[in-house]
Amino acid sequence: MNRLPLLHRAGRAAYLRRGTLAALLAFGLITPADADTLAITNGRLVIGDGSAPIDHGTVVLRDGRILTAGAQVTIPADARRIDAGGKWVTPGLVAGFSRLGLVEIDAVDPANDTAANGSPYGASQSIAPAINPKAEAIAVSRAAGVTRAIVAPEAGKGLFAGQGAIIDLGEDMDAVTQADAFQFAEYGEMGADKAGGSRGAAWLDLRYALEAAQAVGRGRAPLNGDGRDTLVLRRDAEALAPVVRGEQPLLIHAERASDLRQLLALKRQFPSLRLVLVGASEAWLVADRIAAAGVPVIASALNDLPDQFERLAATQSNIGRMQRAGVEASIGMIDDSDTRQAQQSAQYAGNLVALTRVPGATGLDWAQAFRAISAGPAEAIGMGGEFGSLRSGRRADVVIWDGDPLELSSAPVNLWIDGVEQSLVSRQTRLRDRYATPGETGLPKAYQR
Amino acid sequence: MRRALVALALVLSACGQVRPETAASAAPTPPKARSAKPPADPYPSSYKPYPGPLTAIRHATIYDGEGGRIENGTIILDQGKITALGGPDLAIPTDARLIDGQGKWVTPGVIDVHSHLGDYPSPSVAAHQDGNEITGPVRSEVWAEHSVWPQDPGFSRALTNGGVTTIQILPGSANLFGGRSVTVKNVYARTVQGMKFPDAPYGLKMACGENPKRVYGNRNVMPGSRMGNMAVNRQTWINAAEYKRKLDKGENVTRNLQLETLAEVLSGRVLVHHHCYRADEMAQVIDMAREFGYKVSTFHHAVEAYKIADLLAKEEICGALWADWWGFKMESYDGIKENIALLHRAGGCAIVHSDDANGIQRLNQEAAKALAAGRRMGMTISDQEAWRWLAINPAKAIGVSDRTGSLKPGKMADVVLWNGNPLSVYTRPDKVWIDGALLYDAADPQRRPVSDFELGQPGEGDVK
Repeated sequence: MNRLPLLHRAGRAAYLRRGTLAALLAFGLITPADADTLAITNGRLVIGDGSAPIDHGTVVLRDGRILTAGAQVTIPADARRIDAGGKWVTPGLVAGFSRLGLVEIDAVDPANDTAANGSPYGASQSIAPAINPKAEAIAVSRAAGVTRAIVAPEAGKGLFAGQGAIIDLGEDMDAVTQADAFQFAEYGEMGADKAGGSRGAAWLDLRYALEAAQAVGRGRAPLNGDGRDTLVLRRDAEALAPVVRGEQPLLIHAERASDLRQLLALKRQFPSLRLVLVGASEAWLVADRIAAAGVPVIASALNDLPDQFERLAATQSNIGRMQRAGVEASIGMIDDSDTRQAQQSAQYAGNLVALTRVPGATGLDWAQAFRAISAGPAEAIGMGGEFGSLRSGRRADVVIWDGDPLELSSAPVNLWIDGVEQSLVSRQTRLRDRYATPGETGLPKAYQR
Repeated sequence: MRRALVALALVLSACGQVRPETAASAAPTPPKARSAKPPADPYPSSYKPYPGPLTAIRHATIYDGEGGRIENGTIILDQGKITALGGPDLAIPTDARLIDGQGKWVTPGVIDVHSHLGDYPSPSVAAHQDGNEITGPVRSEVWAEHSVWPQDPGFSRALTNGGVTTIQILPGSANLFGGRSVTVKNVYARTVQGMKFPDAPYGLKMACGENPKRVYGNRNVMPGSRMGNMAVNRQTWINAAEYKRKLDKGENVTRNLQLETLAEVLSGRVLVHHHCYRADEMAQVIDMAREFGYKVSTFHHAVEAYKIADLLAKEEICGALWADWWGFKMESYDGIKENIALLHRAGGCAIVHSDDANGIQRLNQEAAKALAAGRRMGMTISDQEAWRWLAINPAKAIGVSDRTGSLKPGKMADVVLWNGNPLSVYTRPDKVWIDGALLYDAADPQRRPVSDFELGQPGEGDVK
């Protein structure tokens, strides 16, 4: 995959520091003595990989990356130091499945780039150019501790929605961490609808498109050399070639147990496929098979209603039961306010911890729950080496919290992305401040800012 | 906000017969004179509390729902009622079933004043879309209870995960006048009548803003604008006032269901629940209510309540609000997390509501988020004070605060025992009593309701 080389990203972080230094100074976020190396000491340190929190831990950020983190850490002599005073220090949260940056207001069509129902193209669409780093949902999510997001398009005419992106939630204009990081497709009820009305047709569409991708990958026409390029556009087939080669993960949304099982069978025909299941409300019923197939799942954490026939067995214990069966299961928010409510990621994870105290339910312990919104989704798409934890070499996305990050009363107090400290101000906080005192005094509210 | 979008899409896609009707045509045209007096209670509640033994919960932290707190508290439930509340010294009848609340919390049952359980039930298939009578902007003649499906699996989740004991089910917001609400006890029954909260007043659902003008404007039917919304509203109230005048004078008129409900509003017997997001529109509605001599009980959603918190407090109109929903439509763009706390601080009646079959399972968590946001901007609000948003305030909004909504002797024994601090994300209901009957017990799978729909399905009777 065309992962950006480490040095390039470090260079970008340095550029960002230069570019926004004046603004950061103006906001008093950093001092002029800011160095390339920052040590955050005396934190209740969460690595994000499922290990237990470490008291009095230290994390060292250098050139936009994590240099080291742990209990016994050698702090470079030139490091600027911040004493976290015992507060929680964690990796930034990862929105495991989102549509962040694609929408300003959902019901305002021109301000919504999630889906292109009028386009003939599917798999070859790329969502990266549509990302708006200034979307308000990015600032709001950042203020809730989210620093990276897996951003997927919505399916338009066909099953294949197109190529999703990994973004950071920084203030700067350069949001895309990796364009075309994965392909996203619908199966199940929505896939059936897109394919013309049945799962049989959807299954055919899936395989047909992937076969076409194999064909173009071998330098042939999309349809096995019979000369007729019919249902799969060449562009789409070409876009799927890295998927069948296993160079780009394929995220597929399905909910019903039988659909999930069926999707696992894709790997028989396309052995290199790097499948990731999304949604997966009934996955617990087929967790053993998913585990055996080694397929990760980015699941909806709190779905527990049979609000569609494909989710009759939905339960909040789904992720816990999957993990117990050995599935690499993490949290995403498909079709659940996924354009703007990644700010609820920590709440969702906290709820899975709550289940550990409900008889008959299966939850996650705290560290696993945190991992489900940090390293978990990053690993699921094969980018755990880049972000999602405070292990050495990862991007320096770090948050200091005023309390337990999964608790409802907590919020970030400082936050870094690629080693650059970020503002936690949003349009919402500006509105709050304007109306902190009711009624006009002296001049209209419009003059108060 | 998929759920909201789905609802929106449904509103948009509901292309049933468009009746070329404006409010003006809704005026009664009496063919022949006869009594228009409506029957007092034509669809009466048949709800009967289930039996529960004399029960005492001891050693719990108690929030009474009106701002009071008792440490190491005791509460006694008998014959469906709360009979006593106090500290560790409270005398306990010898034959009481004792429940140890050590490390646990007791609160009144959660009340949701804005739900579509039953009228937009799960599964949310087209055949179940019964919340909007989307055939005309004035549909005050419809009653939500005639749509509610009592087998909605959502009721069980609201009980077991949310500790919700009383629910106001509303029509949707496609229409200016959406119809009557119904308030139910969260107890499964074979019929809606079997769930109805006895003698709860009716509500009238109204809607401001984008939804009505979009739905009807797209059909070239009035209203197509916010000013059109107001014009149809006002003309309808004029018609209703005229109808009421005739009734009051004993004139013979033909019964008109549409105007009957509105006349009841003007008489103060039906409470107005107005879906309204923007501050400026709420102010318009307040003036309209004054123009026609009625009172708005509650503005629902009201994401801009914080901009006019002083006005809402002065007018004694409640705000039924979300903790952090925003931006899913233009009129929700200015939603902020401090909305609930700012209304509370202004002395207003703040309520946490759901409008959502998922959100209703976590109203306690929504309150906790709103409380945290308020504290972060410097407010001093205690946990027990914040619990008013889930208890006495919603009870007032729907007119049942004399019977439930707080833990006062003589009130209905609608009680939740939480397995920890109910404002923590790590806490869930341990037991829930409704009218003194234990209807959920986390430790007892037999005390976990399973609707007809889920019987024989994958996951039947599972923890949800």
